[in-house]
Amino acid sequence: MADFDQELDASGLNCPLPILRAKKTLAGMESGQVLHIIATDPGSVKDFDAFAKQTGNELMESREDGGKFLFLIKKS
Amino acid sequence: MEEKKLAIIATKGSLDWAYPPFILASTAAALGYEVQVFFTFYGLQLLKKKLTLEVTPLGNPGMPMPMGMDKWFPILGMALPGMQAMMTAMMKKKMKDKGVASVEELRDLCQEAEVQLIACQMTVDLFDMDRKDFIDGVEYAGAAAFFEFAGESDICLYI
Repeated sequence: MADFDQELDASGLNCPLPILRAKKTLAGMESGQVLHIIATDPGSVKDFDAFAKQTGNELMESREDGGKFLFLIKKS
Repeated sequence: MEEKKLAIIATKGSLDWAYPPFILASTAAALGYEVQVFFTFYGLQLLKKKLTLEVTPLGNPGMPMPMGMDKWFPILGMALPGMQAMMTAMMKKKMKDKGVASVEELRDLCQEAEVQLIACQMTVDLFDMDRKDFIDGVEYAGAAAFFEFAGESDICLYI
């Protein structure tokens, strides 16, 4: 997995909290920086895809690893 | 990217119906939407400082009951004193266990994201409600004011 600047552990949280926390964390980051998000909500896979499409932040990676859903989002 | 707009009319004041407006409003705000929620009639309960929202199994055949209780005590059992309080407590516990945010938390997130929460002035007057009982940051307006925003919205929901 590529390098990242910040990490957000949204494990155990359900819709819409992972998205809201990610949005909040991204707000405090600089353009071009990468956020690593860990989630356990299966719905977050489609949600982060939609989030990236609608906010213009790039979803660089989206994968599952042992029941966890991992995302890399680059701030636009 | 041009800012999209979401308009929601929230009319219900029970615990289960408190979720859709706040979940959709906060999520849309996170996606960059401008959001207004118009609270009218029982929806105004969702703006109270002290939330006393409950769920009721009475007259709600869709509500899952623990251990199939509804099969053993149809209707009459649902009307027993204390049943509503019990179901409310169980619902809250289940939500907490599953990592679902509380209504208060989602409402705070909405306000933080600058979702405009609008109380229907007519209903406030109708039920002799006191503005002091409502959270700070609420606006008071009528249907006409809401239509101004709703008319420009991309999505408009009645909940």
